[in-house]
Amino acid sequence: MSLFVDKLKRLLPKELIIADEELLRAYECDALSAYRQLPSYVVMPESVDQVQAIMRLCHQENVPVVARGAGTGLSGGAMPVEDGLLLSLAKFNQIVHLDPDQRIATVQPGVRNISVSEAVEKYGLFYAPDPSSQIACTIGGNVAENSGGVHCLKYGLTVHNILAVKLITVTGELLEIGADSLDSAGYDLLALMTGSEGMLGVIVEVTLKLISKPLNNRVLLAAFDEIEEAGKGVADIIASGIIPAGLEMMDNGVIKAVEDYLHAGYPVNAAAILICEVDGAEEEVDEECRKVKAILEVAGASDVRVARNKEEGDKFWEGRKSAFPAVGRIAADYYCMDGTIPRKHIGSVLNRIDELAKQYKLGVVNVFHAGDGNLHPLILYDVSIEGELERAEELGGKILEVCVEVGGTITGEHGVGIEKINQMCVQFNAEELVQFHAIKNAFDPKGLLNPGKAIPTLNRCAEFGAMHIHRGELPHPDLERF
Amino acid sequence: MPLCIQGGNSKAFYGRKIEAEQFDVSANSGVISYEPTELVITVRAGTTISEINEVLANHDQMLAFEPPCFSTTATAGGMVACGLSGPRRPYVGAVRDFVLGIKCLNGKAEILNFGGQVMKNVAGYDVSRLMTGAMGTLGVLLEVSLKVLPTPDYELTLKGEADDATAINLMNQWAGQSVPLSAASFYDNNIFIRLSGHRNAVIAAASQLQFSEYSDGEHYWQSLRDHEHDFFSDNKKLWRLSVPSTTKPMNLHGQWFIEWGGALRWLKTSEPVEQVRRVVSMAGGHATLFRGGNQNDDVFHPLSAGIGNLHLALKNAFDPKKILNRGRLYKEF
Repeated sequence: MSLFVDKLKRLLPKELIIADEELLRAYECDALSAYRQLPSYVVMPESVDQVQAIMRLCHQENVPVVARGAGTGLSGGAMPVEDGLLLSLAKFNQIVHLDPDQRIATVQPGVRNISVSEAVEKYGLFYAPDPSSQIACTIGGNVAENSGGVHCLKYGLTVHNILAVKLITVTGELLEIGADSLDSAGYDLLALMTGSEGMLGVIVEVTLKLISKPLNNRVLLAAFDEIEEAGKGVADIIASGIIPAGLEMMDNGVIKAVEDYLHAGYPVNAAAILICEVDGAEEEVDEECRKVKAILEVAGASDVRVARNKEEGDKFWEGRKSAFPAVGRIAADYYCMDGTIPRKHIGSVLNRIDELAKQYKLGVVNVFHAGDGNLHPLILYDVSIEGELERAEELGGKILEVCVEVGGTITGEHGVGIEKINQMCVQFNAEELVQFHAIKNAFDPKGLLNPGKAIPTLNRCAEFGAMHIHRGELPHPDLERF
Repeated sequence: MPLCIQGGNSKAFYGRKIEAEQFDVSANSGVISYEPTELVITVRAGTTISEINEVLANHDQMLAFEPPCFSTTATAGGMVACGLSGPRRPYVGAVRDFVLGIKCLNGKAEILNFGGQVMKNVAGYDVSRLMTGAMGTLGVLLEVSLKVLPTPDYELTLKGEADDATAINLMNQWAGQSVPLSAASFYDNNIFIRLSGHRNAVIAAASQLQFSEYSDGEHYWQSLRDHEHDFFSDNKKLWRLSVPSTTKPMNLHGQWFIEWGGALRWLKTSEPVEQVRRVVSMAGGHATLFRGGNQNDDVFHPLSAGIGNLHLALKNAFDPKKILNRGRLYKEF
């Protein structure tokens, strides 16, 4: 490795190379802090040429490379690998080009998600994917994870909102994938790159699609005495032909925790609440709001409130956005799961989770993207009580098995990373996993890019993992998590 | 033995000609599941697009990307394999944006499932979308799950006069201004636009634009989608040019039909192939010899060396013996 660092120093100014153990500590994990690994070196290139040179060297020397943006990922995708190089793209933080007429923005991967929408607000445009960590997370990571957000029900995920990427291959070649046109010749490599968790290449530039900001929006909050009725309300809204901008659910456990924490005026006796946001032209918002209210009442809502103004709407949302820190106050530790299920199973799956929780003698509370069927069950436990951690992990596994069983998936938006790598064996059979490895091999025959993540080897189908939170201490505690 | 996968045989004119045993997969048809509240339909690949449209219409839902039906036999498998989308594409997304999952056979005759029936799914590489538009070179599609959307409450087509440069400007401006556009085209000094959404919102938006209502809108957009419009009726060589939407009128002689708000341009021209490709490349787009060209030559825009190598490697990953539709997309694979 010492020879390697000498070669590295020939490619980069020494201030862009971190080798000191104290400083390396900052990079040993992403927001899934239960999994840690110290990298051998961290490099912080400033130019595409430098990234290419680094990749060429690593390829020649067989040194594994893990790319990293802001490190806000929840599945350990940016955790370093032993004897590997951590490639930080933090210095790639410029918006390269804005074209309001064509409604595109070309940005470097280290640009923070929210700064894109901030930069184009004056043109009446925005960048739609809005993961909860949007004030910190970066576009490169969003592409690597195919990030969603509260508004992806209506406006789509990252894959629906990008036009092109510039990619550095494992051998250091610069490739342009996609274009400013709406499609490109040949295979849809842009889709393949999106959500590939840094396994296929290093992204050094992204062209984003911008859309016009809706003129108006309004928020509704509905309370239900039965969780099935809330589930039915979700299905009935969609069946009526309305696609809300956001449609979120919280169960009683979360409602109480949030109310204790924030005093947002939530109905603490409700079994569940739904928060629904509609947007569009004024006429459209009026009509949808009226329809949604009626639908939720028919579905069995005991109370439906329509925000009278922006402040009240923000208040409805505030509780939802504070759910994770609020839950952190009621339990010593919690696991956050990330399964997606068909909407019709929301009520029954929540009941099964409840039964499982009783069986494992652990609490589970739920707060999630109901409109997309993307669940985030939070399993409450206390690591200091012997056996609870193991029981919580096993329960998490059972919950994800239920998701797969009803036709869903083990991860809706957090990615597989290192965290859910074992559960990939539940969702995919051996031939499918072999096909994934063949794709990886087409891009990276030596297996140097983010090795050991996302796709398990065939002999690795054992225990399940989840997001470990100790004493409510989230990495990046300043970020909303929802 | 190489195979030429065939569904409804409605797009035999599209892509390169190949010498291979016909593999008729059209009998694998039928809707497997459809639940309107899930906004998902799962069909066997041989199911016709017209059958899917009918099933969805009964529940006021639709394939929002408006897939072209060049014949009533066109199937879901061909729709996904060719990756073509209709007039609504720039405003709601393309077929690849609505593909949620697939079941397929790879070149080793293994049955594989990727993606699923849920809206959000980041487990594993996105093979479903990789297959979309791959012209059957990576696998034989057996089943597809597609996201569907509610049919808009109300639609209105407006018509106005303009020259091509003005039309391109206007179509781009409106797209950035919360106008509820769902289609925008230009041909023969006429702009046609379609507005979709809530009745009152559509009427309010229409009143802001100085265009007149066009009563035969539904037929117009269908004829554009399925190439039944007069522009497409002769047998001239037809180019499909996919370019940035704001691209100015291009310096190629011939007859033009602009749609997708400027992002898709159909061209009938006698200009040499190389010249068309050169001009379109300069504009940042790609040119497909859609119909009527020499199908033994390159039909799709040539790939750069690096991207071409990745294509070969991916073909090898799915179909190492190059059995499936070899040469349909590019000569080498």
